[in-house]
Amino acid sequence: MKYSHSLVVAAVERPREGYVLLKLRLPAEVSLSDIEPGQFVELLAPRAPHTFLRRPISVNFVDYADRTLWLLIHEVGEGTRAFSALSPGDKLDCVYALGHGFPIDLPEAESYLLVGGGVGTAPLLYYGSLLHEQGRKVTFLLGGRRSVDLMQLDDFGRYGRVCLTTEDGSTGERGFVTAHSVWATEHFDVVATCGPKPMMMAVAAKAAEVGIDSCYASLENLMACGLGACLCCVEKNADGHNVCVCKEGPVFNVRQLSWQSYK
Amino acid sequence: MAKLQVNIGALSLQNPVLTASGTFGYGLEFADFVDLNRLGGFVVKGTTLRPREGNDYPRMAETTGGMLNCVGLQNPGVEHFCQHIYPQLKGLKSEVIVNVSGSSPADYAACARHIDALEEVHAIELNISCPNVKDGGMAFGVTCEGAASVVREVRKAYSKTLIVKLSPNVTDIASIARAVEAEGADAVSLINTLMGMSVDIERRCSRLSIGTGGLSGPCVKPVALRMVSQVAKAVKLPIIGLGGIMTAEDAIEFLMVGATAVQIGTANFIDPAVTMKVVDGIDRWLDDHGIADVHDIIGVIG
Ligand SMILES: Cc1cc2nc3c(=O)[nH]c(=O)nc-3n(C[C@H](O)[C@H](O)[C@H](O)COP(=O)(O)OP(=O)(O)OC[C@H]3O[C@@H](n4cnc5c(N)ncnc54)[C@H](O)[C@@H]3O)c2cc1C
Ligand SMILES: Cc1cc2nc3c(=O)[nH]c(=O)nc-3n(C[C@H](O)[C@H](O)[C@H](O)COP(=O)(O)O)c2cc1C
Ligand code: FES
Repeated sequence: MKYSHSLVVAAVERPREGYVLLKLRLPAEVSLSDIEPGQFVELLAPRAPHTFLRRPISVNFVDYADRTLWLLIHEVGEGTRAFSALSPGDKLDCVYALGHGFPIDLPEAESYLLVGGGVGTAPLLYYGSLLHEQGRKVTFLLGGRRSVDLMQLDDFGRYGRVCLTTEDGSTGERGFVTAHSVWATEHFDVVATCGPKPMMMAVAAKAAEVGIDSCYASLENLMACGLGACLCCVEKNADGHNVCVCKEGPVFNVRQLSWQSYK
Repeated sequence: MAKLQVNIGALSLQNPVLTASGTFGYGLEFADFVDLNRLGGFVVKGTTLRPREGNDYPRMAETTGGMLNCVGLQNPGVEHFCQHIYPQLKGLKSEVIVNVSGSSPADYAACARHIDALEEVHAIELNISCPNVKDGGMAFGVTCEGAASVVREVRKAYSKTLIVKLSPNVTDIASIARAVEAEGADAVSLINTLMGMSVDIERRCSRLSIGTGGLSGPCVKPVALRMVSQVAKAVKLPIIGLGGIMTAEDAIEFLMVGATAVQIGTANFIDPAVTMKVVDGIDRWLDDHGIADVHDIIGVIG
């Protein structure tokens, strides 16, 4: 079931300059367990005269205890700045939860490496928490340019081991996520990734290289409707056909895509 | 409760609110937000004789008060529609209208013939105005002879209500409307999207894969209204007005300049439940103004 609600902002946090974490209160009619990790929300930007369409933002976390939906947003333009200007008690017009998320019921997949870059780490928190709850082994591999780019580390730490990389070496290992030593020292059954597309393609290639069979990536194509109606958000699949990222994705097994990693 | 029922040719609509092709999928995508039985009808995605892959990504650019798209008629083809999608749309109280496109008059006619066989589809909308495909589409809709040639061919192949969707990318839309009226069209709908562009100045390129796209949304409404008004004066056919409708008040403007029904397109992306609000809003407006029948406002502005 998809919903269109005006949700009350319960809390606004600023994990760092230029980012905002919104916690939105979910009404009683919403069944929290229906929200899949990797699904997204379409938000209408308030008081933003140059924005017209909704803005897609991933589910960062669902807090069952206080019934809040968390969104971690990077301010990059007028729409995202309007979300950042919200205060507790304000309302935000949301259509949710959309698309197909990360797999949580894979049989015989025990160990997971969740690889995120920049604000792409956002959906991995909720995903990792659910896997952890099921008793799966979760390792987060989070990368940023500098240490300030790495956010929510205490939250990630609750659900698994956290490995870090920064390009300047200020925190964790120096370099890109694909250069981290954990790839060589441990085996994983599944890799899941979200972040800039070049990073995800490199992660998929790395996963293939070290012999990991299952790799999932969450795409961020431009969207208009978010519902599979307009066909604006397409990506080429492995057969060369256009598929809607908003409806068939945003999470894909990379074998479904035209990426070269598993060919 | 005012009387909202209207007729488009032989087609009876329970209310004048339809959805626009390409913006409402096959309706099913909106089932969580909209009671599909409460629409006047919905026009499904542009359908062609053979499956079409559409244009490359990126296909969309946001503009002030609207958007550009160059989807390019991606669809699974008419046979797939008849076999797999139509069965899911049967039994609805609202009318399902199929938007048909092609690259030659014979193509359009062949596609229309498939749809003629579908018992519960009582109308087609001929898209002779798609700005996003090279072969056909708008090529037919921008000249009187082109438009007439398609309608003539399809009229022979299709027995039910034939709606022709007009392009705004012309010098004189009224003359195109007259040309399709003369070939036996039952109604016209207008407008399709206005051809436009958007540039990424950092990358020094168009934001759309094919360079140009079709503009839609509230920014086109004044142009659309003007064209509906012009066509209303030029032909006797019923008119379906569209272009930028976001609210019931917008819809009423179209009715007043001569549209018998309206379509809602891009607004579905902003508010997936907008169609219900427009149906209820028209009803309430008529009640508030003591008007018993929607016909009493259709074409009141001469
Ligand atoms: C499924 C999905 C999930 C997403 N999840 C998150 C999230 O959890 N947190 C978050 O901060 N952002 C997320 N994004 C990206 C977010 O939607 C865009 O950053 C936002 O739409 C920009 O809006 P704006 O008005 O601020 O910027 P605009 O003024 O519209 O654009 C500013 C800049 O942002 C870029 N941009 C615009 N849209 C996108 C997009 N869809 N993807 C990437 N870059 C874009 C533009 O190219 C431009 O350079 C997600 C996108 C998708 C498709
Ligand atoms: C993403 C998108 C896809 C469209 N696809 C079609 C189509 O397949 N056939 C068609 O006749 N019109 C198509 N249109 C045009 C709309 O049906 C409508 O004519 C136009 O968008 C103007 O109305 P609006 O401003 O209410 O959206 C499309 C429009 C959009 C935005
Ligand atoms: S954004 Fe409209 S189909 Fe995906």
